[in-house]
Amino acid sequence: MRFASRRQTVASIDETEGVELIITDPEDLWHANNLIAIGDIVYAPTLRKVTTESSTGSTSTQKVRVELAVKVTDTSFDPRASELRVMGTIVNENEIAAVGQYHTISLKYSDRDIKFTIWKMQGWDSVARSQLAEAVSETANKDVVFAIVMQEGVANLCLITQSRTVVKQRIEHTIPKKRSSRKETEGGMSDFYGKVLSALLAAINFNDPYSRSGIPKQLLLASPGFVAQNFRAYMKEHAEKKGDKPLARLAKEAAVVHTSTGHVHSLNEVLKSPEAQATMRDAKFTNETSMMDSFYQKLRQDDGRAWYGVKPVAKAIREGAVGRGGGVLMVNSAFFKSMDVAERQKYVALVDKVRADGGDVRLLSSDHESGQRLDALGGIAALLTYPLHDLDEDDDDEDGAQVAGSAAGTTII
Amino acid sequence: MSRHRAVRNLDYDEVMDEFEENLEEEEENRLLMEQGVADVRDALGAEAAKVTKTQIEEALWHYYYDVDKSVTYLTTKFINPPQPKAPKPAAPKPTGKFIIPLQAMLPHELQDSLHWAEDNRDGLGGRASRLTGFRQDHVGFRVPGSSPSYPLPPVCLSTHFHDMPWGNIPKGRESILIPPVVPRCGLLGGSGAPPKMTKLQALAAARKKKAQEKTSEQEVEQTRTQMTGLSVSSTPTQKENTPLSGAFSKRLKTSSSTAQGRVPIIPTEPRSESEQSVEPITKEPEVVAEPVQVPPVKKAQPSAFAQTLFGGPTPTFTIQQDVVTLGLAPSVLEAFSKPSPDDIVLAAQAKAGKKPPAGQTKKSKLSTTNSVTSSVAELKIDDTPLPKSRNLNVLSEFEKSTQKKNASFVVVGHVDAGKSTMMGRLLLDLNVVDQRTVEKLRKEAHMIGKSSFALAWVLDQRTEERSRGVTIDIATNRFETDTTAFTILDAPGHRDFIPNMIAGASQADFAVLVVDASTGAFESGLKGQTKEHSLLIRSMGVSRIIVAVNKLDMVNWSQERFDEIKDQVSGFLSATGFQKKNIAFVPVSGLHGDNIVKRSENPAVAWYTGPTLIEELELSEPSARAMEKPLRINVAEVFRTQQSQVTVSGRVDAGSLQMGDAVLVQPATEKAFVKSLLVEDAPADWAVAGQSVVLHLSHIDPIHVRSGDIICDPNKPIPKEKTFNLKALAFDFLMPMQVDVHRGRLHAAGKITAMPALLDKVTGAVTKKNPRLVKPGQVARVRVELDDQVPLEAGQRVVLRSGGETIAAGLLE
Ligand SMILES: Nc1nc2c(ncn2[C@@H]2O[C@H](COP(=O)(O)OP(=O)(O)OP(=O)(O)O)[C@@H](O)[C@H]2O)c(=O)[nH]1
Ligand SMILES: [Mg+2]
Repeated sequence: MRFASRRQTVASIDETEGVELIITDPEDLWHANNLIAIGDIVYAPTLRKVTTESSTGSTSTQKVRVELAVKVTDTSFDPRASELRVMGTIVNENEIAAVGQYHTISLKYSDRDIKFTIWKMQGWDSVARSQLAEAVSETANKDVVFAIVMQEGVANLCLITQSRTVVKQRIEHTIPKKRSSRKETEGGMSDFYGKVLSALLAAINFNDPYSRSGIPKQLLLASPGFVAQNFRAYMKEHAEKKGDKPLARLAKEAAVVHTSTGHVHSLNEVLKSPEAQATMRDAKFTNETSMMDSFYQKLRQDDGRAWYGVKPVAKAIREGAVGRGGGVLMVNSAFFKSMDVAERQKYVALVDKVRADGGDVRLLSSDHESGQRLDALGGIAALLTYPLHDLDEDDDDEDGAQVAGSAAGTTII
Repeated sequence: MSRHRAVRNLDYDEVMDEFEENLEEEEENRLLMEQGVADVRDALGAEAAKVTKTQIEEALWHYYYDVDKSVTYLTTKFINPPQPKAPKPAAPKPTGKFIIPLQAMLPHELQDSLHWAEDNRDGLGGRASRLTGFRQDHVGFRVPGSSPSYPLPPVCLSTHFHDMPWGNIPKGRESILIPPVVPRCGLLGGSGAPPKMTKLQALAAARKKKAQEKTSEQEVEQTRTQMTGLSVSSTPTQKENTPLSGAFSKRLKTSSSTAQGRVPIIPTEPRSESEQSVEPITKEPEVVAEPVQVPPVKKAQPSAFAQTLFGGPTPTFTIQQDVVTLGLAPSVLEAFSKPSPDDIVLAAQAKAGKKPPAGQTKKSKLSTTNSVTSSVAELKIDDTPLPKSRNLNVLSEFEKSTQKKNASFVVVGHVDAGKSTMMGRLLLDLNVVDQRTVEKLRKEAHMIGKSSFALAWVLDQRTEERSRGVTIDIATNRFETDTTAFTILDAPGHRDFIPNMIAGASQADFAVLVVDASTGAFESGLKGQTKEHSLLIRSMGVSRIIVAVNKLDMVNWSQERFDEIKDQVSGFLSATGFQKKNIAFVPVSGLHGDNIVKRSENPAVAWYTGPTLIEELELSEPSARAMEKPLRINVAEVFRTQQSQVTVSGRVDAGSLQMGDAVLVQPATEKAFVKSLLVEDAPADWAVAGQSVVLHLSHIDPIHVRSGDIICDPNKPIPKEKTFNLKALAFDFLMPMQVDVHRGRLHAAGKITAMPALLDKVTGAVTKKNPRLVKPGQVARVRVELDDQVPLEAGQRVVLRSGGETIAAGLLE
């Protein structure tokens, strides 16, 4: 994504003029989705159906190209198709539709750039600005990686871009086990591999803008045991039989990575692997994955320097413990999407305080493995500059612990 | 008309989801409508006064804005009616509904990609000025009037129908209720008229009795079984009447109209979701059952019933009625020309001398989409007769039986400790496998340079297991001694296959832990799976463990080494929670066979005089069995056999079952019947908790059964859950994090979402609320959320793993 005007910068935003942006890549739509919050105004080209009446009284419907501004009530992003839909009520006068009517602006990138303008109804606060900065930053590395995380009978076909992970498809296949004849088990496995391969080939669409070159930068095959390894052999064999050179090359270059399961959440093991790191060296996610790892590491040490959840983190920030010298605040960017003004201001204030104290602020995306781990922690976590204890002392009012005491007696072990 | 039907079949919720994005099309529809009304008025001229706007709109709606057709319709209907009929009442127009038909007609291009060339600068030019100012007051942006080419309405949608609030129609416009022409007859439909029901019942019963004097008790019992099964899923009526559309079934929940013979259906109450589309058939129609129409009673014969239920000639409904004005689905009418399944059911029940259970009726009403869809599916599956039940009292059969006691044990331990080899040796020395087979294996193994694995190959049968010399999945084998029928569950030792090991351990009464005594191997095993496996089997409820100290041949049968290992292992086993009296140690060599079945003749082992492995196995008592509890079978494997497309193996965890029983498969909530079964690999009529069974199921599609599922009693089904509370013992740090949840064969992805309390290990009392972190060794209540619904119930043992490590185990609360 880039600014439409060369003179425009993140610092020089004119709040009333709005910010004019150009989408130049399917990935930009994902950034746009992060940037657009409920209540913003978005102005973009769109199609709207109108009905015209001829002199004879018959009517006809046609689609009219029009530029509409909507006050956003919701957005939806289809990660697989990279399509962004911005729902809202029309706010600009136009010749076609009345102000106040609902309209959905649907944006999808295919070869041509899309220009749109955004106005922040709550003003461009620091969070909005950093989201914008991230969106327009020139990501030099546009490589994508395909990863298949699998185990016997289950495979998750994932697309990893610089900023997010998309589970393209989940393949499940029941494999007859030992009771059936050995042949059946093996037949079952190769049926399974066949399914996975055709899903992979369908995903590596040569027309897909993600793989303009035809083949993803890297294919990672991950599994416990020998599933990934065997799948690679299956690919090779299949390519040979069919004389499919590109597939043979893909199979040859595919890296086999060990994971503990075939579930999607084992992706973090994949992303940490040297094979993935080699391809996606300066990708945002590799930093975030290692940041989450080190957070969990510090949490285990239990030395009072790693905290999660809104209350303790806010307290720590207020005390100035998330600042220069290692202080990091991690927030899920989805947090800011649909908050009301007051709520948002509260969080923006936390972000600003950390920045003022010299700490680091990271907005993680829940479309990414690290963001999902942060989600589990309540969407917000912090590494403190110095240890603080008992930040969670006074919040014992929450329920959940009530069931207590009753189930005594049954020993677990 | 077919389009209208399609509209009715649309799912309301789905429509509402699309609602917002379709508002614009809604707008167009309204324009079309207004235009149409004007046109129709023009066409009718003076007659126009005789019809209301609503009627015109109605007509336009039906004819898709075809003005001519609407005019004809209105003329015949209202202006010069052949015979006056009650005018179709106007129901409120829910906007969501209103948009559907056009939506269906219109191309979806708007949702398609939309790209805008950058060169469109001119278009962008003027907009800045138009946009400035909306920050202050964008409500003020009213489009100036309507241009001639785009007649824009001055009001918005809500005001358009302002006088017709949803679900609150003014009295004057409400539907006119026409009382039923025919007296109501109570049936299963829940009209709550027991005396009438009894009459019908009696009638049916009498007929049936006549026709089928010789019906055996068995058959009745079978019908009853089927009835029991029914209560869980759905009623036969729904099966019969559902127009075979999954989407439609959702409607069943919300709609409430009643069909009565040929009386035109009129909405009985203002309904927010319905417009013209009065539900064709929604729920059990109150059947007007004239005695003559009661089916020839032989239909009540179980197999015929089964046919009605599960296949047989499915009535195909053809549209022959003018649905436009009546809105009465032909299927309703058609349904009454045939015996209602309720009749059949009632007849059967009457014969069986059973009152129709009231709860059953209720339940069926509440029946969910699932069950309806599934019942639709069932209609197609197969029409083989239901298996016959011998109707045994299984528990007393079990007491009478003189079967040997049966016990299953899992063989665990670090990778390459010699588990499979030891079991191969055991089977060889017991003559379960013969020497010739082993010789053959030895030759084959030799060819690929793995001759030392020949005995292991008795159990490791997959090509991959053989070529790599490692067990991947559980191997099940059986052997018998004089007193006991044993089931061996040979587990893989490699850490990658722990999910399979857990599956095996969950079926075991006790465990054999194999440790490799050779130099260095024991030590590395202790750090690895020797320890993890011990923890796992203990947390899965196994309390007795036999430690086979293996490969002692490699250390010259050193008693010192044996004692050293014994000390260390018993140390951590007691720390893990095994009682001393439940731990036994045997020095063995699996490869050579010392102290497995035969006492070692090697003088170097003279120091050992205790029991051999087989003797220790025989000393083990199987754990207590919950035979009285509702049936629960953990599905270990699903495969195909000649007997059934859907054959499952697993262990009966609780309860009992017999041939012919109806069972429920969770989480699919699909019913099936037990065509036949094997207990410990031999054909049997029944099985009880603790036994390993193979079930040949019928009347179920293979897609509904997966390993890890639970087969249960349809009357007391195991619930499915997405979240659960676990009283967990932590082996590692716990915090809100992603975890793998294991329960038997089940292996699901989930996450810890909350940790409400730390608990006292002994009393279970809360020691700290909402801990930030649970440390290894602590007991805590944790809340786990799964990605999918899974059959779970209190008391089950669950293991949590993460990143390939076991981090906690506990009991479901
Ligand atoms: N010397 C000696 N070697 C043994 C003995 N038992 C097993 N082995 C060898 O140990 C190796 C591993 O044996 P397996 O039976 O496959 O071990 P396992 O525990 O089943 O291995 P996994 O199932 O893969 O965990 C083989 O080469 C065996 O020949 C023994 O008593 N003495
Ligand atoms: Mg083995």
